[in-house]
Amino acid sequence: MTQVDTPENATPETLDGHHRTPWREYFTFSTDHKVIGIQYLVVTFIFYLIGGALATAVRTELATPEVDFVSRELYNSLFTIHATIMIFLWIVPAGTGAFGNYLIPLMIGAKDMAFPRLNALAFWMIIPGGILLILSFFVSGGAAGAGWTSYPPLSTTGSKAGEMLWILSVLILGTSSIMGGVNFITTILKMRMPGMTLNDMPLFCWAMVAASILILMSTPVLAGALVLLSFDLIAGTAFFNPMGGGDPIVYQHMFWFYSHPAVYIMILPIFGLISEILPVHARKPIFGYQAIAYSSLAISFLGLIVWAHHMFTSGTPGWLRMFFMIATMIIAVPTGIKVFSWLATIWGGKLRLNSAMLFGLGFISMFVIGGLSGIMIASVPFDIHVHDTYFIVAHLHYVLFGGSVFGLYGGIYHWFPKMTGRMMNETLGRLHFVLTFVGFNLCFLPMHYLGLQGMPRRVAEYDPQFATVNMVCTVGSFLLAISTFPLIINAIWSWIRGPQATGNPWKALTLEWQTSSPPPVENFLEEPVLWTGPYDYGIDSFERSDRDRTVNELLAEVKADVG
Amino acid sequence: MNIPSSIVTMLAGIILTIVSYWFGQHNGLMPQAASEEAPWVDGLFNTMMTIATGLFLLVQGIIIISVFKYRRRPGDETDGPPIEGNIPLEILWTAIPATIVLGLGIYSFEVYNSMGGLDPMASHDPKTMHAEVRHSGAAIAAPLPGATETPEASDAEQVALGVGASPGTQGRDADVSVNVLGLQFAWIFTYPDSGVTSGELHLPAGKEAKLTIAASDVIHALWIPQFRLKQDAIPGRDTELRFVPKDVGTYPVVCAELCGAYHGGMKAQVVVEEPEVFEAWLQSQIAAQQSGDDRAIALNTDSLSEAEYLQPYADEIGVNAQGLGQLHPPQAEGSHKIHHHI
Repeated sequence: MTQVDTPENATPETLDGHHRTPWREYFTFSTDHKVIGIQYLVVTFIFYLIGGALATAVRTELATPEVDFVSRELYNSLFTIHATIMIFLWIVPAGTGAFGNYLIPLMIGAKDMAFPRLNALAFWMIIPGGILLILSFFVSGGAAGAGWTSYPPLSTTGSKAGEMLWILSVLILGTSSIMGGVNFITTILKMRMPGMTLNDMPLFCWAMVAASILILMSTPVLAGALVLLSFDLIAGTAFFNPMGGGDPIVYQHMFWFYSHPAVYIMILPIFGLISEILPVHARKPIFGYQAIAYSSLAISFLGLIVWAHHMFTSGTPGWLRMFFMIATMIIAVPTGIKVFSWLATIWGGKLRLNSAMLFGLGFISMFVIGGLSGIMIASVPFDIHVHDTYFIVAHLHYVLFGGSVFGLYGGIYHWFPKMTGRMMNETLGRLHFVLTFVGFNLCFLPMHYLGLQGMPRRVAEYDPQFATVNMVCTVGSFLLAISTFPLIINAIWSWIRGPQATGNPWKALTLEWQTSSPPPVENFLEEPVLWTGPYDYGIDSFERSDRDRTVNELLAEVKADVG
Repeated sequence: MNIPSSIVTMLAGIILTIVSYWFGQHNGLMPQAASEEAPWVDGLFNTMMTIATGLFLLVQGIIIISVFKYRRRPGDETDGPPIEGNIPLEILWTAIPATIVLGLGIYSFEVYNSMGGLDPMASHDPKTMHAEVRHSGAAIAAPLPGATETPEASDAEQVALGVGASPGTQGRDADVSVNVLGLQFAWIFTYPDSGVTSGELHLPAGKEAKLTIAASDVIHALWIPQFRLKQDAIPGRDTELRFVPKDVGTYPVVCAELCGAYHGGMKAQVVVEEPEVFEAWLQSQIAAQQSGDDRAIALNTDSLSEAEYLQPYADEIGVNAQGLGQLHPPQAEGSHKIHHHI
C-alpha cells in the first residue's frame, strides 16, 4: 500500500492559517467540496438539534402514562417528524454529504469532486426539503403523523396537507442523496491520484463506495413508492388502497426495499470513519485492511436482500420469512469481521484517549449492543413477539445513535482541526462524551425491557406498570439533550478562539493530513506524492519505502524539494 | 507460550461462559408464558441472550482492558507494533459468527415450524378476500375486486397469512374459532359458531384456538405479549393466528401497529378460563344477545357518529367519554363502518 507526502508536509506550520475560507463563502453556492462538506455538517447539525428537540417533547409526553403534555395527534406528528429529520436530514446527509464531501477528494488526492455543481445542488436541496418538513406542523391538519414509515391506509386518511409535504420533502432529500451517490462513485473510481489503487485507498473510501451503491440501487424504489402514495393521497387512485383493489403490503415491500438499506447507508460511512479514527489514535495499523474493505461490499450486497424482515408480522408467507431470516442473520458475519478487526487494532496499541478516540470506543461498545439485538430480531419467532415494540425502539437507537451519532461525534472531534485549522477543547470534549454515554444508556437501555414486557411503540399513553421505567428513559433523554451543549460551545468557541492546529496534529498517515489545516483551494499546493500506506503506523518510514524502489526514489525527490 | 497467561485466559473464558449462561437462563426479562408456544420462544430468547451476553462481555472486556493496559504513557511518542493482519485469526472470527448464526437459524426454524409458522394453509396469499370495508351509506358490504366467493362460502377453505396449525394439528379444525376485527380504536371478537360478539376475547385453556384477523380501516396488529404472538390485521385480506392458551388468567391484547390518534388506547383483554367456565360464558352471551340485550352490534350504524358507535365498547377498550367525544365526526367519504358476517 502506498500513500503520499507533499512538500508542505515537511513544514506544515508555514502554510497554516493561509487558507481560511471567508465566512461569506459558506452562504454561497460554492463548488468547493470542503465548503460544501462544512455546509452539510453545520446545516444537518442544526436539523439534528431540531429533531432532538422533538424527541425530547416525545419523551416528556411519555414521562407519565397519561396523555398530558401534547394532544394525541400532535404526539404522532412529533415522533414522525423526529424520525424523518434524524434519518433524512441528519445521519444520512451528515455521514455521506458532510464527511464524504469533505474527506473523499482529500483522501484520494483529488482537487475536488467529479461533479462540483451537482454536489452544490445536492446540498442546496437539503434546505428546502428540511424547511418543508418543519413547516408542515403549521398546515391545516398538522404534520404527517403516520410514522416515518408512512404506511397506507393510515397515511392516506390523516392530515393530507401534512402527508403531502412529508412526501415532497422526502422526495427532495432522496434526490439529493442520489446526486451525492453518483458523485461519490465517480470521484472514487475515476479521480484517484496516479499510483493509488483501490487497495491503497483509506477504508472510508471503500465504505463510501459501498454506501453509494446502496443509494443508487434503493432510493429510486422509495421515490416510486412515495409517488404512488401521493397519487393515492391526492388523486384518489388505489395503488395501496384495498378499497379499490390495491394492496397496502406492496407499499411495505417498496418502502423497506429502500429503508432497510438506508440503515447501511447511514452506518457504512460511520464504519469508514471509525476505521480511520482508531488506527491513528491507537498508533497501530488497521487490522485486516482487506477484510474490512470487502466486508463493506458484502454488507452492501446483503443489505439489499433483507428488507422483508421488517414485515414478519404483516404480509409475508412462512417460507419467505425463513429466507429473510437467514439472509438477515448472515449480515452479522461481515459486521462481526469489522468489529473484531477494530478490537484487534486497539489491542496492544498505544491508545491516545482523546475525545475522538473515546467516541470511537463508545461507538464499538454501543453498536455491538445494537448488533446483538439485531441478530435476535432477525429470528422470526422472537421478532413476532417484539416487532413494533420498545425493544425495536431500543435496538434501532443503539444502532443509529450509539452507532451512527457516536461515529459522527468521533468524526467531528477527529477532523475539526483539519476543517477549521483550530484544535477543540479536550475537557469539554470528554464532558460531552460522558454526558452522551450516560444519557444515551439511561434513555435507551431500559427500553429493551419495556418492549419485552409488552409496551408497543408509537403510543402516547401506556399501561401504568411501565411508568417508572419510562421515567428513567425520560430523564436519560433530558441528559442526552443537555449533552449537546458542551459540543456546541466547544465547536463555536474553538472555531473562533481555539489554538491553531498544525497540518497534522494527530500524526496521521492518510492523505488529508498531509496538507495544511485547513487545506488550500484544490487541496494540495503541488501534486501529492505517494510514499506511505494509510495505516503504516509503527513501521519506520525508510523500512516502509524499501518495499517499493519507486517509492524510495519518490521519497528522495521529496526530500530534495524540501531541503 | 507462558503457562500463567494461558491459565488466566482459560479462567476468564470459563467465568465468561458461566456468567453468560447464568444471565441468559435467568434474565427474567420476558413476561409470564401463558401459551403452549411461549416457552419455545422463551427458550430461543434465552439461548440468544446467553450468546449475546458472552459476546458483549468479550467485546467490552477487550475494550476496557485495552483502555487501561494499552493507554499511552505520558511522554511516549512511539507507535504500537505494526501488526496488519493474521489470516488464521480472521478465518476464526469469520467462522465463529457464521456457525452461531447458522445454529440460531436452524433453532429459529424449528421453533417457528413447531408454532405452525410453516403451515401451508396459513402461508399463502389468499386469493379470496373478505369484504370487511364499505363506504358509509352503502347498503351491503360489497366484495372487493377479485373476490370470487362470498365470505360465508370461502370460510371453509380460508387460507391466510400468519401462524397456522402446528405440524401435529395441520389439516384439523381448531377447537375454537374466533373472528377478530380491528377497527379504530377497538378489537371486536366474534364467535362464528355461536354468533356471540364481544369486546373481550374469551378462550378455553388447553384448547387450540384459531383467530381469523381482519381490519376495517387501517392496519392494526394483534399482540398478546403473554402468548408471544403478534399478527397484523390488514384491510382487504385476512390473517390467522393458531395457538393453545395454557394458563388460566387475564392478559392484555395490545394493538402494536400505529393506527391513528388513539393507537395507545386500543386495548382489550384475553380471558383464558377452564373449558367449562368458557362454555358457561359463551352460553350466557348467547342468552344475553337473544334476550335483546344485544349491544355489541348496532344494526343501523350508518346513522351513528363514530363516538356514538363506540360508546358501548367504551368500558371494554378503556377509552373514556371525553376521549370518545374527541373523535372526528364521520366524513362523507372514508368513514368506515363494519359489516359482520355472523
